[in-house]
Amino acid sequence: MHIVVLIKQVVATTNVKLDPETGTMIRDGVESILNPFDEYAVEEALRIKERMGQGKVTVVTMGPPQAKEIIRKAVGMGVDEGILVSDRLLAGSDTWATAYTLSQVLKKIGDFRMIITGKQAVDGDTAQVGPEIAACLDLPMIAWVRKIESISETQIRAERLMEDGFDVLESPLPAIISVVKEINEPRLESLKGKMRAKKYDPQVLTVADLPGFEVSQVGLKGSPTKVFKTFTPQRQYKGEMIAGEPAQAAANLYEKIKTLKIV
Amino acid sequence: MNYFLTEEQQMILDTARALAKSKIKPVREKYDEEGIFPWDIVKEMAAADLMGLYIPEQYGGMGGGVFALCLAVEELSKVCGGISLAMAATALGTFPLLLFGSEEQKAKYLPGIASGKHLAAFALTEANAGSDAGNMATTAVRDGDDYILNGTKQWITNGGEAQIYSVVAMTNKAKGTRGATAFIVEKGTPGFEFGKKENKMGIRASATRELVFNNCRVPAKNILAKEGMGFIVAVNTLNNSRPGVAAQALGIAAGALEEALLYSRQRVQFGQPISSIQAVQHMLANMATEVEAARALVYATARTIDSGEKSFAKISAMSKLFASEVAMRVTTDAVQVMGGYGYMKEYPVEKMMRDAKITQIYEGTSQIQRNEIALQLIKEAAKMK
Repeated sequence: MHIVVLIKQVVATTNVKLDPETGTMIRDGVESILNPFDEYAVEEALRIKERMGQGKVTVVTMGPPQAKEIIRKAVGMGVDEGILVSDRLLAGSDTWATAYTLSQVLKKIGDFRMIITGKQAVDGDTAQVGPEIAACLDLPMIAWVRKIESISETQIRAERLMEDGFDVLESPLPAIISVVKEINEPRLESLKGKMRAKKYDPQVLTVADLPGFEVSQVGLKGSPTKVFKTFTPQRQYKGEMIAGEPAQAAANLYEKIKTLKIV
Repeated sequence: MNYFLTEEQQMILDTARALAKSKIKPVREKYDEEGIFPWDIVKEMAAADLMGLYIPEQYGGMGGGVFALCLAVEELSKVCGGISLAMAATALGTFPLLLFGSEEQKAKYLPGIASGKHLAAFALTEANAGSDAGNMATTAVRDGDDYILNGTKQWITNGGEAQIYSVVAMTNKAKGTRGATAFIVEKGTPGFEFGKKENKMGIRASATRELVFNNCRVPAKNILAKEGMGFIVAVNTLNNSRPGVAAQALGIAAGALEEALLYSRQRVQFGQPISSIQAVQHMLANMATEVEAARALVYATARTIDSGEKSFAKISAMSKLFASEVAMRVTTDAVQVMGGYGYMKEYPVEKMMRDAKITQIYEGTSQIQRNEIALQLIKEAAKMK
């Protein structure tokens, strides 16, 4: 069974700074890592392969040339192959343009039985690309998978995490699933994996390598999302200090919250 | 200090460090408290390819030699000197095979150890044969193509958990130390049982147990080297394994130093962090200097062994002696720097101090190491004449 895991390189911080001039993320001086949720996706693919006793795991990412680093990380964990789609024409693509591009890569790969993604990337936090790929390829999707109960070449049965519990869903394969962190504990890169990763040179595709690729669908111009303005909101703390002896201060505080009808 | 590690050695260090931080640190207190064997961590070490570091590549290992083993044991011991022992004691049990095993024995047993599926153990000590190993009472009597083992081995690290045991027994008492023979005995061999499980001061995540041989039949093809060479096997094994204990001691010391240093910068007394107080500074300075000196000696010893140099009994004993004494002093001082908090189980240094103590005792006490060093010194001096 060939499993494709879609991964993304993100900045290693939750405190993303935006350039007020261009509205884009400031990446300079910030370490880049494999999107943490994607580690669970890679781990689950490796576990499925191990459970089935055979198969192949390929990771695919779209990004600048330095995104090869996260492919190497995945190779260190044990995946078989990695593909990077990298092209200047793709710069500025939104989630839809990204999903379109990745679906074209998946069409080129062809023989996959399953696609796994992390539930979302920690930079954009949209959780849109997975479902959009399902739409592009007309595949069934189970999002927020917390457990795969059973899997065969043709069928998957999985638990989908919900706010008030979980659903058990079945789907024919091929299908796409996105996974939550409850699903597993990602393995560390092994020594032999790291040694292979050090020498590993992933396949790099440009849009010219993708048959029938429509350039008008991607990049800043091809993206339906238009960003008019981005800014980091100013945080304002309006606290009021209630001074005085403790007993008096407590009484004053009580009066205030009574006035505000909190009690 | 720059030890000019190769890229591969740096990878080993990074892998062990990552594993210690993410897998061992969160559970070390639990294992110390409950005194259970950390099989789940051993599986993680195996998955990270750390269990076969010192085993040649042709048997599924990484071929990194004693130095690779020391690097990994040091990193793991910085976080937990008890859990790291599953690896170090397996190396101790594997050296007899590596050094004296036949091609057939190596091909049969080493791949399982290299993959981390099997642990190994070394069984020399008995109730009345500690430093005086020649006083052992366990016997092996030839019977056709087999030997019949009888007796009890004591304080065997990885006892009960390991699959493969290198056991030294007397085949001819009249010959004294030339009458001992080393055997490979597999767990599950009829007549081979496990006895008392020890309740220890430190290294509580490590299994220490009696091995009981009661008419245990072991095929003659399981002899390591030849009949009568048991003590040669044992001495050479210990010469090779002592840097591993030294690395464990070094790791424990380095871990305690780090904890004390971090704490000293946070703890405020007399209106300042205690790291500003010269009395504390001098303690930290001594601790750091000793740790670095121990590291230099351990690394140099491991590299000497890996270089193929034949004579290393002296430096091997020196590295074990020095690193274990440093571990005891540094962990004791770490508790002192941290004062009352250091003495409490909420902080890891009291455990480090308990774990450090054994490194001065097992695989030859500090006193036995000094005997060995002096013996080698005198031999060298005699040769110079």
